[in-house]
Amino acid sequence: MVEQPSGVAAADERIQRQSALRRAFVRPELGAMTGTVLVFVYFALVAGGTGMFAADGIMNWGVVSAQFVIIAVGACLLMIAGEFDLSVGSMIGFAGIVIALLSVHLGWPMWAAIIAAFIVAMLIGMANGYLVIKTGLPSFIVTLASLYILRGLTIYFSIATTRQTIIGGVREAAEGDWLAPLFGGKILGFVFTWLADMGLIATFTAGNRAGQPVVDGIPMLMVWALALIIFGHILLTRTRFGNWIYAAGGDAKAARYVGVPVNRVKIAMFVFSAFCATVFATCQVMEFGSAAADRGLLKEFEAIIAVVIGGALLTGGYGSVVGAALGALIFGVVQQGLFFAGVESSLFRVFLGVILLFAVILNTYIRRLITGER
Amino acid sequence: MADTPLIELIDIKKQFGPVIALNGVSVSVMPGECHCLLGDNGAGKSTFIKTMAGVHKPTSGEIRMNGQQVNFANPRDAMTAGVATVYQDLAMIPLMSVTRNFWMGREPRKGWGPFQFLDMEKANQVTLEEMRRMGINLREPDQAVGTLSGGERQTVAIARAVYFGAKVLILDEPTSALGVRQTANVLATIDRVRKTGVGIIFITHNVRHAMAVGDRFTVLNRGKTLGTARKGELKPEELQDMMAGGAELAELSSSLGGTI
Repeated sequence: MVEQPSGVAAADERIQRQSALRRAFVRPELGAMTGTVLVFVYFALVAGGTGMFAADGIMNWGVVSAQFVIIAVGACLLMIAGEFDLSVGSMIGFAGIVIALLSVHLGWPMWAAIIAAFIVAMLIGMANGYLVIKTGLPSFIVTLASLYILRGLTIYFSIATTRQTIIGGVREAAEGDWLAPLFGGKILGFVFTWLADMGLIATFTAGNRAGQPVVDGIPMLMVWALALIIFGHILLTRTRFGNWIYAAGGDAKAARYVGVPVNRVKIAMFVFSAFCATVFATCQVMEFGSAAADRGLLKEFEAIIAVVIGGALLTGGYGSVVGAALGALIFGVVQQGLFFAGVESSLFRVFLGVILLFAVILNTYIRRLITGER
Repeated sequence: MADTPLIELIDIKKQFGPVIALNGVSVSVMPGECHCLLGDNGAGKSTFIKTMAGVHKPTSGEIRMNGQQVNFANPRDAMTAGVATVYQDLAMIPLMSVTRNFWMGREPRKGWGPFQFLDMEKANQVTLEEMRRMGINLREPDQAVGTLSGGERQTVAIARAVYFGAKVLILDEPTSALGVRQTANVLATIDRVRKTGVGIIFITHNVRHAMAVGDRFTVLNRGKTLGTARKGELKPEELQDMMAGGAELAELSSSLGGTI
């Protein structure tokens, strides 16, 4: 019989000492929150008078940020599940061309073309996930292969069928369609008309839109971004599946031992990443009225950077959707803000590289705080 | 103590191609008993627990639970039957909170249809309660497992297995990577769990840890059972010798001046 050690209940005296500051620090979003505040303060000082924070200015960087958000949410959940998807950019180009080819070239109704693009893209996402699981190769390599395969196929299909890499006429083909406005439409236009009437936002003073507000509604792109943030955040933090996402990325083997369907979780996240890429592509095609084979270039890296700035660990198992969304916001504000501030736009990439480095170093440090590694 | 063992493995043999990993191992565990399985590295301990846990299927031999013959197709089967395994290094995910680890794979939910959300309130409350029963007072249920010591992590894993209805608990070298104090804590946990009527199979190669909590001792050597002894029938030195296979070690340990 073992004697009851008196230190059993007292053994945790060591875990009590943790300051509130340190605890606040161990939140995935903290870095991104600080970064967001800094970025806004900076541009308020530097570009406050340039119209960057007027209605149309906000819409300018808001739309760009929303684009980043859409792909960052997909990349975030996938990264927390422990995998990467480098084919996001190619998927954007591919899905766009599929929509344009089916609707403009083959004369399908727009809704059918959009649904077909979603199905094809999500099947490719599933294939990515399946290959990663079955081969046991790093997703970095598998999706790097799909990056090239998809981009090549996109250019090939577009040239083989229409002899060009840009397919126009999508806006006309979408006329009167019931599904297209879900991606290309705008909502709450009356609010902006009212705001303009109240004199709270500016109106056009010349041209054929004179008298109309400079912002005529919230683009669906932003609505999608917001919806995806809410969906992703709730999925991750409030559902059983969310716990499995953390577990799959944290330690797949330990998760399997307690019965978490790790393979299913990871494949589902690859499919979700493809879904987000297709939402991005569809919104873009509807906005521009055309699809181009080179769309989405480098988007996979921008998504990953936004997620890392948002506090997720590249090794998986830790991160937050809200953080990733803030990372995307920082991204969008800086990219457009440098333009407003009149700074040479090539410096944007310098900024990106520097902030990425800082984010990764900070995240590694935070990881050490959490896991108690020395 | 009941007459029928909770789980009984009879003459288990397991072959991997030409390699005979287990060559007739028999072990049983009664409710509320702690059966220590001792063996040096390569004795077949790992293969044996994996057979019990449903990871491997035995080449021949019989597994009985409460007298009924059973076949485990996979670990899930074994878990459903009430055989839970706590692996030494794979028990917990350090980046996740204690609560999330505790419930991993069996998260409580509330709501209906597609709107079923985690019942964090219940999850946190049960976790705190169960950990307190094991003698660990958590500062808060959402602290990361990474902040716990190795012994505490083992305790969370044991508490989890017991809470989810383990009747037989297989512990794979739970003390081998721990310090003295933490080892004592884990051994105390084992003792607590045993008193609730759970049968424990405690795998170790440390005779002193085994002696501290064991009711019966079985020594494995080269894939075979060397024998089973009750508490008090064997001296630690004898167990040690059986495990290492003999005189050589006895000589070695006397030259070192004590039990290894």
